[in-house]
Amino acid sequence: MENFTPFQSLLGGLLIGAASAAMLVLNGRIAGISGITGGVLRMSRGETLWRALFVLGLVGGGAVYHALAPEAFTNTLDRSWGALIVAGLLVGFGTQMGNGCTSGHGICGLSRMSPRSLVAVVTFMTFAALTVFLVGSVFGGAL
Amino acid sequence: MSPVGKYLSALVTGLLFAFGLALSGMTQPSKVVGFFDFSQGLQSWDPSLAFVMGGGMLVYMPVYRLVQRRKRPLFEERFRLPSRRDIDARLLLGSALFGIGWGLAGFCPGPALTSVGAGSREAIVLVASMLTGMWLFQRLEALRATRGKEVTR
Repeated sequence: MENFTPFQSLLGGLLIGAASAAMLVLNGRIAGISGITGGVLRMSRGETLWRALFVLGLVGGGAVYHALAPEAFTNTLDRSWGALIVAGLLVGFGTQMGNGCTSGHGICGLSRMSPRSLVAVVTFMTFAALTVFLVGSVFGGAL
Repeated sequence: MSPVGKYLSALVTGLLFAFGLALSGMTQPSKVVGFFDFSQGLQSWDPSLAFVMGGGMLVYMPVYRLVQRRKRPLFEERFRLPSRRDIDARLLLGSALFGIGWGLAGFCPGPALTSVGAGSREAIVLVASMLTGMWLFQRLEALRATRGKEVTR
C-alpha cells in the first residue's frame, strides 16, 4: 500500500462532507456534482445560476489549489485521447441516466440510507473494478 | 430571504468541495484506479478512495439527521431532496455505464471539473465529452417524452 494517503484522504473527505453538508443546510439541495452540472445544461428558469456558480467554484477551486500545489493534479495513467473521450461520454450519459455519481449517490445518498443510492454505488463500483481489471489484464494497463 | 446568500453559498461550497477533492488525492486518476486494482496484490492496493467517502459520510450523516428536524434551509423556501426508493433498469444501466467510464479514465465528475481548473488537458477533453454525454441523454429523454405524448393523444 505504498500509495495510500490515509490522513490526506480522510481530511479531504471531511472537507467534501462539510461542503456537501453546507449545501444541504444553506440551500436544501443534494451536493451531487453530476446532477448540478447536468442541470446547468437544462437551462430551466431559476435553476441555472446557482448551479453554474457551484461549478465555477469547483473549477476555480481547482485553479487556486493548482497554483499552490500542482502535484495534486498529477496524472500518470496512460490513456489515449480516444479513451478519454469514450470515458467522458460514458460518465456524462451514465450519471444522467442513473441520477447521480460518487458525490450524490455516494456521500449524500449512502449517508441518507437511500436504497437507490446503495444500489447505484454497488453497481458503479463493480463496473469500475471490472473495467480496471480488463484494462490491466487485456490491454496491459494502457488504452 | 436574500438570493445573494443562495448564490454565494453555491460558489463557496463548490470551492470547498474542490479543495477537499484535491487534498484527498482524488484529482490523481491513478489513485482512483489504484483503489480498484488488486492485480498486484495488497502491497500496491490504494484504499484512499474509501477514506475519502468515509470522511465525507462522517460529516454528512450527522448533519443530515439534524437537518431533518428543520422546516427549511437557510436560503431557500424548502428542501429539495430525492424521495424515490424504487430500483429500476435506468438506475442500474446508468450506474453501470458511469462505472465503466470512471474505471476507464479514473475521473468522476467532481475531480474532472476540478482538474479543468488546474489546466489538465486530459480533464478538459474528458469534461467536454462528459457534457456532450449529459446533453445527449437529456435530448434522448426529451425526445421520448414528446413521442409518449403523441402516442397518448
